Amino acid sequence: MSSIHVKQTAITSYPKFIGRALWLATEGSFAFYAWMTVLTAVFLVGANAWANQVAGGMITTNMTDHVSWGLYIANFTFCVGLAAGGVMMVIPAYLYDDEEMHKVVIIGEAVAIAAIVMCTLSVVVDLGRPDRFWHLIPGIGKFNWPMSMLTWDVIVLNGYLLINLHVVGYLLYMRYLGRKPNGWWYLPFVFLSIFWAISIHTVTAFLYCGLGGRPFWNSALLAPRFLASAFVSGPAFIILVMRVLRVTTGYTAPASPARTLIQIIRVAMTINLLMLVSEIFTVLYTGSAHAAPLNYLFFGDHGKNGLVPWIWTAIGMNIVGTALFFTPAALERSHIRILACLLVIIGIWIEKGMGLIVPGFIPSTLHEIVEYAPSLLEWKVVAGIWGLGLIILTLSLKLIVNVFTGRMHTDEPTT
Amino acid sequence: MTNTEPNNTQQAESSANRSLPIVENFTRRAVVKGGFATLGAAAFVAAVSPLRQAAKSTTAVEFMQQHYTELSPEQKADVIARLEAETKEKYGADVTIADDRPIPGTKFVYAINLSVCNGNGKCVEACHKENNHDRSTNQSYIRVIEMPKGTMDMEKGSTTYSGIVPKDDKFYLPVQCQQCDEPPCVEVCPVKATWKEEDGIVVVDYNWCIGCRYCEAACPYHARRFNWKQPEVPSEELNPDQSYLSNRVRPVGVVEKCTYCLHRTRRGKLPACLEACPTGARVFGNILDKNSNIRWILENKRVYILKEELGTKPAFFYYFD
Ligand code: SF4
Ligand code: SF4
Repeated sequence: MSSIHVKQTAITSYPKFIGRALWLATEGSFAFYAWMTVLTAVFLVGANAWANQVAGGMITTNMTDHVSWGLYIANFTFCVGLAAGGVMMVIPAYLYDDEEMHKVVIIGEAVAIAAIVMCTLSVVVDLGRPDRFWHLIPGIGKFNWPMSMLTWDVIVLNGYLLINLHVVGYLLYMRYLGRKPNGWWYLPFVFLSIFWAISIHTVTAFLYCGLGGRPFWNSALLAPRFLASAFVSGPAFIILVMRVLRVTTGYTAPASPARTLIQIIRVAMTINLLMLVSEIFTVLYTGSAHAAPLNYLFFGDHGKNGLVPWIWTAIGMNIVGTALFFTPAALERSHIRILACLLVIIGIWIEKGMGLIVPGFIPSTLHEIVEYAPSLLEWKVVAGIWGLGLIILTLSLKLIVNVFTGRMHTDEPTT
Repeated sequence: MTNTEPNNTQQAESSANRSLPIVENFTRRAVVKGGFATLGAAAFVAAVSPLRQAAKSTTAVEFMQQHYTELSPEQKADVIARLEAETKEKYGADVTIADDRPIPGTKFVYAINLSVCNGNGKCVEACHKENNHDRSTNQSYIRVIEMPKGTMDMEKGSTTYSGIVPKDDKFYLPVQCQQCDEPPCVEVCPVKATWKEEDGIVVVDYNWCIGCRYCEAACPYHARRFNWKQPEVPSEELNPDQSYLSNRVRPVGVVEKCTYCLHRTRRGKLPACLEACPTGARVFGNILDKNSNIRWILENKRVYILKEELGTKPAFFYYFD
């Protein structure tokens, strides 16, 4: 083996690296296996629910011609935010050129990868004809690009996935070989991914705000609000992941990146809440026809108020979470910080998910009010998607920890 | 964790032969992991087994079928023969599916006289029957809004009105696909499953649509319908006079819409909703024909269109006497 050329080694040893990575990533304690078993079970429940949906038709969901997108697209929207937010981590890391930050950056990218997989699945389960998915593949299908925003989304999401796979794979591989990463091989991609993170969000916002017939979405505020909330949910999720890693594996990062993240969250969440206030003000003060969906969302309309509890829960969580982020304790490794993260993640999941999608359809374009609440089957499918997403995240985190703690390194002489 | 494992077991084993420190543990672990992986894979197969049911109703030919605009005449004939046979098998009815193409020099336009329409809803019913809509959901492409006189604000209207019509203080506004000249529904479709034909009719290829419902979100007139389930129509009620792009029985999971009854209008007949209307409120015709009734109305009445501010340019007009 040692007589083989360096060039050949790279080609043969990368697949071997991946193989060993997978093997070691599935090694673990009893708790690890229990966690993975639970996730697998949840995933299987979701897969089964989806199979039933395909077999029985989407009548098994609670969507209707009035509210034709529901929980699936809501979850999709949130996951896009999560994916974009995951890479926000990257900005401070390279701005301050801090070597130690790589430990955190790579976590952000792992979150992004898992989130993108969840995005794709959330769209696939929403299709009435998943068997015709190939119609969407450029070349063999019929790709309505550049007219359809959805085709843009397909492109940017897949591009984002590839970029992140490359960066994570390369950085880990170099660590594994014990070499110093060559900046030319990954820095351009890192900067590309920052730009790209903003683009996946913007394009997803355009998906909705480009629809003139839906006044609730057809607002210039949609894309910026979308970004602002991504700057909250992404970093908050990473802080949570870092905490879990520290407790379970002892993998720690320096305290400074987390502080930077908290600063980002503070600013972004404040902006987000300000925009919310301006939206509510518009409804209360002018009461124009365009305000009907907002009215329905916040206060209910004609006695129909299915979303009111959702949105106020979200607002409550967001306000309390933000307040907690402003306490000094949030800058330390404290329970307050964890609680704050949990609150804003759930708050934004509701606000940017159900709270964003469903009011687009209520009232309908002919001003009918037909309400929507997800069916049990829809909940199962979404849970299944999260199950798979968390499986992917867990495995990639294990891999990262294995490499960074030196548990996994090459047994060949480095050149 | 499930399906990838048999692979990496092998890979890992081969590297274990060389220099892993945990080599004594290795075979046992490989066996345990392999066991779990097999179990997981089996559970997965069991979980998605309902898919087999769905796969049965989709043949390989159907799966591979190309976009309508790319089918050769022979392929089209095959597809149509297959669809007719399927309808016979599933619905027990003999139907003919034609491939009606636009007549050159035609641009269809619709107009409704709101002073005359009395909200009796016969058009809704006629559409339901003509277009082989699902019986259990009472589907139709037309909705009639009962509006209080003195407003144009749809927010004040109701589509679920009942009782004796017309009511003195109300007028009635039927809405269906406006066959927009700038159709947002066509723009957003990611796979070009819906498009505007030369005579102005916006159609859907039910065998190409992937059911993403983006068009349904984009349409400002609530004109599109999704097949949440396989439509149910008793064989004796099935309208056998069908066309590929209009009223043939739709598959589950795709979007459909009003086609101005192209299987009638492209053969010189009038739309079913117009024929059913007892008040004569509906006027349909070719706007390019200078002597047509519709042309006279558009030139001499004060007509208006719905949601003009959206720039969709409907080919559907409303007027009062
Ligand atoms: S009314 Fe709706 S479905 Fe019909 S052409 Fe216009 S946008 Fe498309
Ligand atoms: S539902 Fe069908 S017709 Fe509508 S946008 Fe999606 S693929 Fe196109």
